[in-house]
Amino acid sequence: MDKFTTLTGIAAPMPLVNIDTDMIIPKQFLKTIKRSGLGVNLFDELRYDRDGNEIPDFVLNQTAYRDAQILIAGDNFGCGSSREHAPWALLDFGIRCVISTSFADIFFNNCFKNGILPVVLPQDAVDALMEDARNGANARQTVDLEAQTVTASDGRSWSFEIDPFRKHCLLNGLDDIGLTMEKAPSIDSYETQMAQARPWV
Amino acid sequence: MTIPAAAAPRTLYDKIWDAHVVDRQEDGTCLLYIDRHLVHEVTSPQAFEGLRMTGRKVRAPERTIAVPDHNVPTTWDREKGIDNEESRIQVDALDRNAREFGVVYYPVNDIRQGIVHIVGPEQGWTLPGMTVVCGDSHTATHGAFGALAHGIGTSEVEHVLATQTLIQGKSKNMKVEITGRLAPGVTAKDVVLAIIAETGTAGGTGHVIEYCGEVIRNLSMEGRMTICNMAIEGGARAGLIAPDETTFAYVKGRPHAPKGAQWEAALAWWKTLYSDDGAHFDKVVTLRGEDIAPTVTWGTSPEDALPITARVPAPEDFTGGKVEAARRSLDYMGLIAGTPLTEIAIDAVFIGSCTNGRIEDLRAAADVLRGRHLAEGVRGMVVPGSGLVRAQAEEEGLDQIFKDAGFEWRLAGCSMCLGMNPDQLAPGERCAATSNRNFEGRQGYKGRTHLMSPAMAAAAGVAGRLVDIREFAAQPA
Repeated sequence: MDKFTTLTGIAAPMPLVNIDTDMIIPKQFLKTIKRSGLGVNLFDELRYDRDGNEIPDFVLNQTAYRDAQILIAGDNFGCGSSREHAPWALLDFGIRCVISTSFADIFFNNCFKNGILPVVLPQDAVDALMEDARNGANARQTVDLEAQTVTASDGRSWSFEIDPFRKHCLLNGLDDIGLTMEKAPSIDSYETQMAQARPWV
Repeated sequence: MTIPAAAAPRTLYDKIWDAHVVDRQEDGTCLLYIDRHLVHEVTSPQAFEGLRMTGRKVRAPERTIAVPDHNVPTTWDREKGIDNEESRIQVDALDRNAREFGVVYYPVNDIRQGIVHIVGPEQGWTLPGMTVVCGDSHTATHGAFGALAHGIGTSEVEHVLATQTLIQGKSKNMKVEITGRLAPGVTAKDVVLAIIAETGTAGGTGHVIEYCGEVIRNLSMEGRMTICNMAIEGGARAGLIAPDETTFAYVKGRPHAPKGAQWEAALAWWKTLYSDDGAHFDKVVTLRGEDIAPTVTWGTSPEDALPITARVPAPEDFTGGKVEAARRSLDYMGLIAGTPLTEIAIDAVFIGSCTNGRIEDLRAAADVLRGRHLAEGVRGMVVPGSGLVRAQAEEEGLDQIFKDAGFEWRLAGCSMCLGMNPDQLAPGERCAATSNRNFEGRQGYKGRTHLMSPAMAAAAGVAGRLVDIREFAAQPA
């Protein structure tokens, strides 16, 4: 997993609330057995018409936002399914940070496993960043994970909260499985105790 | 491991959590032991590939249960194979991975194959007090047994395969109590849609919901599974219902349920699984059962649910970001504000899914359809949740009732709930569906979904429009 430290980039505004995982990556693209290559189908049904032509109004089809690395979104981003294809598609497109007032739990978790930082900020901050993002490619925003701040292009800055363990893993690009494998003796001992206490499990 | 009697009263969630903590870090992050890991073909190939690339094994193959469900054809000729190449590769990959890593496996041609969340309880893999995960958000279903069950992403699937644990922060406790009794015609599906309409799709975010109250107590296991299944649609990580005699009766005798002395030991522990008096809930929502009407969705989020007696709302009825979302939903759904819901004409009926694809659901729909027929121009599809549900329904003659009513009777799978196989809506086609999500494009590109109970969906098929089952049922067939 790539580390996440500081990111300065173009932010794309998506003010819609309840952007669900079916919108982020529709079902027909879940048939892959790989993690890569989903960026071209990110937001597929919002981004292309039935013939595969780009829908010009869609934010990521606009020249200013084609290289966006940050997404500013409405409330409850990522609701719906557990598909990790959603963060895979965002990452493959180049999005490393999503900012919203709230996220669905499973999507939120999945982001951290892929080096994507989901940032929760209050409504007024998200509104201000959304407005700033509307200025297009000239409005570069900065997300600093170490300092836990998001800074708009005009210098206004907001602090965000993050779980310390998740922050540590993201800053260092740590692999969860490797970390847990080091605790194998604890797992062995739990299993031994359970074989006695709840043998039916 | 004996859990020391805690001083403070605990919720059901607290108790299950405490019983599964393998390791606790200073910041509170825990390593949680996973008793059952359910696996399907869509969210597992990358996880197995990860194991292969790192030379890791599945730590507990006997606790890992694999079944293909999302991509499988539901047509009667499915033994000839899957036409779509990508779907076929994915199902073949599960087959190869299941055999190579030695996990429990129900292949497509096994009568026990079906939707993973129907197969688990049916086979007795899901038991009270367990932790159950699956790379699928509707894992919440298993909470009906008083098991802590939730969806995980593919990275976490790989983590569980390799370590049989999950790194977790504890969620908050939320209680949803449904008091009193349900009126005739009102089912578990109506209850859960009414709950989500009340709390919103983000109302449960960061929480585990315990559903309780007289209405919940009086529900069958099938009904409880319908409620917990849609906990995720209310944003909750998991839904829980304390196990009771209804639960124990359902579990007893299932192939993988404990037997003999182990059954007695298990039962003794299961009976301690309830929220103590005075246990703390961070959030409490109470609804009166009597206030819940047959409920349907009008928009493209499960929170867009209203009593069938209502009218299509207008964007101005909402505030904040929901105004624009409602405008977008109405446009997508092709609906005009102010239209009575009972005047919405439909083109298709889908009965099935992990929400409503169990035997009781099929019986409820068949009861409505006995002696009746789909309206002209309406197509209907019934997809049992598992091969065993199908066999049971056929034994009861329900298949014939559906066929006589003009429905297609299919083989088990996820089918048109999400349309990963060819079972999809055409653009603009409007469907009365017993599934769980009415998202844009969910059942097919530009397809329009109205969520409702099996009886309401069957009745809508007969009438050719959404109907109030209470009025419909009163009419002679």
